[in-house]
Amino acid sequence: MLAALLQEPTTHTSAAEAVTFWILAPVALGSAIAMIFNRNAVHAALLLVANFFCLAVFYAVQEAPFLAAVQVIVYTGAIMVLFLFVLMLIGVDANESLRETIRGHRIASVVVGLGLAGVVVSALGRSLLDTGAVGLGEANTGGNVLSIAKLLFGEAPRDGDSYFLAFEMTSALLITAAVGSMVLTHRDRGTKKRSTQRELAIARFKGTHPTPLSGPGVYATSHREQEPALLPGGEALEGSAVPRVQDGDA
Amino acid sequence: MNPAYYLFLSAMLFTVGTIGVLVRRNAIVVFMCVELMLNAVNLTLVTFSRMNGRLDGQILAFFVMVVAAAEVVVGLSIIVAIFRTRRSASVDDASLLKW
Repeated sequence: MLAALLQEPTTHTSAAEAVTFWILAPVALGSAIAMIFNRNAVHAALLLVANFFCLAVFYAVQEAPFLAAVQVIVYTGAIMVLFLFVLMLIGVDANESLRETIRGHRIASVVVGLGLAGVVVSALGRSLLDTGAVGLGEANTGGNVLSIAKLLFGEAPRDGDSYFLAFEMTSALLITAAVGSMVLTHRDRGTKKRSTQRELAIARFKGTHPTPLSGPGVYATSHREQEPALLPGGEALEGSAVPRVQDGDA
Repeated sequence: MNPAYYLFLSAMLFTVGTIGVLVRRNAIVVFMCVELMLNAVNLTLVTFSRMNGRLDGQILAFFVMVVAAAEVVVGLSIIVAIFRTRRSASVDDASLLKW
């Protein structure tokens, strides 16, 4: 039955899809709104993950299983982990100041946003509400992934317009981005010369403590045999010090 | 259900992303809002692809994802570099070039 639905150009969608949409659309919108008003950046990132999952389901419902998989793998898998990683690197408690730097800026932003939404939604409603969908049944023959691959890697179904060149350009873009991020976050450690063992020894004998310090957990402040061992209270232990050899004793 | 509803949803998600970019001060959250806007556009592309019966919209969405990945990598490393020198991730503090 699903195949039959996909075969002919459908103007309207199945009831199951409507149920999916009306359940997940409020979740997507709600998580997005909660994201921008959440003070905690980590919570915002997790809400964004929820939103991306909803979008992945929408892709799957709209005959784009490849993009749904890519959405889950790339966006929620890689990009959001990168976001969380940088959040941890910078510090989760790098809280933002809530003081408005421009007066009335927040109200103005919301008004502008709502105006934008009104314009776009009304334009869409006027032009597209009676369009319906042709459906991808024909375009997806042999599978969605295969059809996308054919479009990407030559063997174009129409007159030679494959996306092969653009695809190759993205490889250059990705390698540039990787190198660029390494350059940007690289910290120069090699410029300062490391001091040699000889210089370290000279510095130690010039300082106040030529011998190594006592190990941790040892009460004594020195390794000399003449110093008595110290008890936990700080008093000297009787008979623990080696008597000092005076001149002429021997 | 009309497939144009997806477009309405995507327009609203885009708006929410815009408001987030305008309102938030934390550079990382601003960046997340940009990602939200990109995803809203992706939903539009997938819906248009289905409405027109051609796969080009899906391919365009795929390219948007690739570019978004590259953009996130570079943008986050810029944020990290700024944080290292200025100890702040707020977009208001990076104002040295302000006239």
